[in-house]
Amino acid sequence: MTVKSTSRARKKAAPGVPDPARAGVGAEPELVQLLTPEGDRVEHPEFPLTVTPEELRSLYRDLVLVRRFDAEATSLQRQGELGLWASLLGQEAAQVGSGRAMRPGDYAFPTYREHGVAWCRDVDPLNLLGMFRGVNNGGWDPNEKNFHLYTIVIGAQTLHATGYAMGITKDGADDAVIAYFGDGASSQGDVNEAFTFASVYNSPVVFFCQNNQWAISEPTTVQTRIPLYRRASGFGFPGVRVDGNDVLAVLAVTRWALDHARTGQGPVLVEAFTYRMGAHTTSDDPTRYRQSEETEAWKAKDPILRLKAHLEKEGLADEAFFAEVEAESEKLGLRVREGVRSMPDPDPTLIFDHAYSEPHPLVDEERAEYEAYAASFEGGEHH
Amino acid sequence: MAGQLSIAKALNEALRKSLESDPKTVLMGEDIGKLGGVFRITDGLQKDFGDDRVIDTPLAESGIVGTAIGLALRGYRPVVEIQFDGFVYPAFDQIVSQLAKMHARALGHVKMPITVRIPFGGGIGAVEHHSESHEAYFAHTAGLRVVSPSNAHDAHWMLRQAIESDDPVVFLEPKRRYWDKGEVGEDPMLPLHSARVVRPGTDATLIAYGPMVKVCQEAAQAAEEDGRRLEVVDLRSLSPIDFATLEESVKRTGRGIVVHEAPVFLGLGAELAARLTERCFYHLEAPILRVGGYHAPYPPSRVEETYLPDLDRVLDAVDRALAF
Ligand SMILES: Cc1ncc(C[n+]2csc(CCOP(=O)(O)OP(=O)(O)O)c2C)c(N)n1
Ligand SMILES: [Mg+2]
Repeated sequence: MTVKSTSRARKKAAPGVPDPARAGVGAEPELVQLLTPEGDRVEHPEFPLTVTPEELRSLYRDLVLVRRFDAEATSLQRQGELGLWASLLGQEAAQVGSGRAMRPGDYAFPTYREHGVAWCRDVDPLNLLGMFRGVNNGGWDPNEKNFHLYTIVIGAQTLHATGYAMGITKDGADDAVIAYFGDGASSQGDVNEAFTFASVYNSPVVFFCQNNQWAISEPTTVQTRIPLYRRASGFGFPGVRVDGNDVLAVLAVTRWALDHARTGQGPVLVEAFTYRMGAHTTSDDPTRYRQSEETEAWKAKDPILRLKAHLEKEGLADEAFFAEVEAESEKLGLRVREGVRSMPDPDPTLIFDHAYSEPHPLVDEERAEYEAYAASFEGGEHH
Repeated sequence: MAGQLSIAKALNEALRKSLESDPKTVLMGEDIGKLGGVFRITDGLQKDFGDDRVIDTPLAESGIVGTAIGLALRGYRPVVEIQFDGFVYPAFDQIVSQLAKMHARALGHVKMPITVRIPFGGGIGAVEHHSESHEAYFAHTAGLRVVSPSNAHDAHWMLRQAIESDDPVVFLEPKRRYWDKGEVGEDPMLPLHSARVVRPGTDATLIAYGPMVKVCQEAAQAAEEDGRRLEVVDLRSLSPIDFATLEESVKRTGRGIVVHEAPVFLGLGAELAARLTERCFYHLEAPILRVGGYHAPYPPSRVEETYLPDLDRVLDAVDRALAF
């Protein structure tokens, strides 16, 4: 016997409550956009942006290199060089636009997918691959580039970002913090607590939500019935929805938000409306839960193609420039491939190395036990 | 249920049977619907039972367990899935302070028939937070029952028994054994909280549960080639613990070695060693030894083999026990 239940009222939105579908693709009217998918520049009254041709070219270069790095990592995973990879495919503009909006003294708190932000913070891409290869659980000094460790436990880093921002306020500094998280993460208690703390302490933190429409297999409608950026108003700070595939709009909105935060006006929620073009990670099979038509529709909004179209239409870049970026991207791919393949496995005693900053007798005892045990295999007399 | 089933499939069948037999049973979790869970344990169940009974929840573990408690108060029998061991902690308050204590606080007037399924343990080459063994936290909490199957038969029947239990049960699934196949019999054979001697022996007793039972069986096999006969007991239930079965075995062999992936320090082995020492003191030829993880965060996957007990570390402990 199969007990099939009748579905209850959930499907219909109550009067006054926006249609949950608006959390999905059909939400363009609310998007801040400065560059159309066709590559035409449009103005937005609240978010003016002046960019030089040189800046445009350099944004393009970042987008291309980040995508290349990501593709390389995906193929390294397929070849068994990495245990896992979380691709940013489709989210390059959201990451490069926001990453480039930061000042050197600002601080970023990423999830596990912010490879494009890491790039803008000048974190060596090879450093990012250590944890995906399984040679470390972080692998860089967060304070060196003001780029925190990747955080896998969904939402936890938003509180760390808020605390860091509280410290900035105490210091009387004018730095700002940006906390990355996903549409799925918006449901976590930690994220909502971060909103609360940031709001009551008026902390200089920008909550940057990449709404890529999916949390593994769950569409955004499982998490929310209103567009995510509107959550901010309930907490008492502004929220903006930006076209996450438009690097110029993301740059303008994030710059504005960071300045809003650093000038003592408190937190901002930015929802970058984008799309996860690939699988959730290399372990995932999206054909089980989403239609290829949806992915196809988003292809037309590709963040790189639109900037390229703009550069070409406006005559801001020539063949030589594109060829140069292509060559640089080949070089990056090679460096990443070779770097990963020659990444050494750590010595097993790494296990004991950093559990505490001060000596700990139990750790010392277990390390000694382990070393004696490992030594018993040398010479092959064990079992 | 004739034939060989993987542990994953045996669990899937158990959920199906539970959904069929009790309309109050509901499944809740992240990605358990269309995707069938990241390990496919709920594969096909939403399609057959509807999204009202196999519920994709928002991404919030505290929310999942907390609302399961409310549903239980309303007469439902929730079975919740935590996607990976390392993601149960946001729900820690709801499990240890709310779920575990509700029955006692209500002086028995309300029941909390909730099953919290968690894939646990390491050995799959995963990134961090995907390989934790946190059973001691739950076993340490009065009000929770904690079990962990090691094979397909137990996976199936223990899950059904856990769901039928009117107490909250933390059900720890040995994720690295999900694809191991075994025969699933027509009836459970044992009550939920009984241990089982899975290999008889005379020289020492290896005590394990979940993923380490297989390691101990292999160790016992290897030891036999050296003329040593090791008994292996599959604990199955971590709270309560079937001390009668353990006591009988350890008194007979005179030696006990507890093996788990969790850190040795204050792990389940500590409780087992203390109680068995009290109960079997005059029969013991050696102290109860423990083999397990180190007092350090679960390491990156390229060195997890060092962290996890394997055949050699078990046999090393056997050597030490026999040398006393
Ligand atoms: C606390 C916690 N629960 C569950 C998971 C498993 N998990 C990893 S990513 C993910 C979905 C995240 O979705 P979203 O926040 O939208 O970010 P995206 O992956 O789309 O970038 C889930 C459920 C986790 N890492 N942490
Ligand atoms: Mg998402």
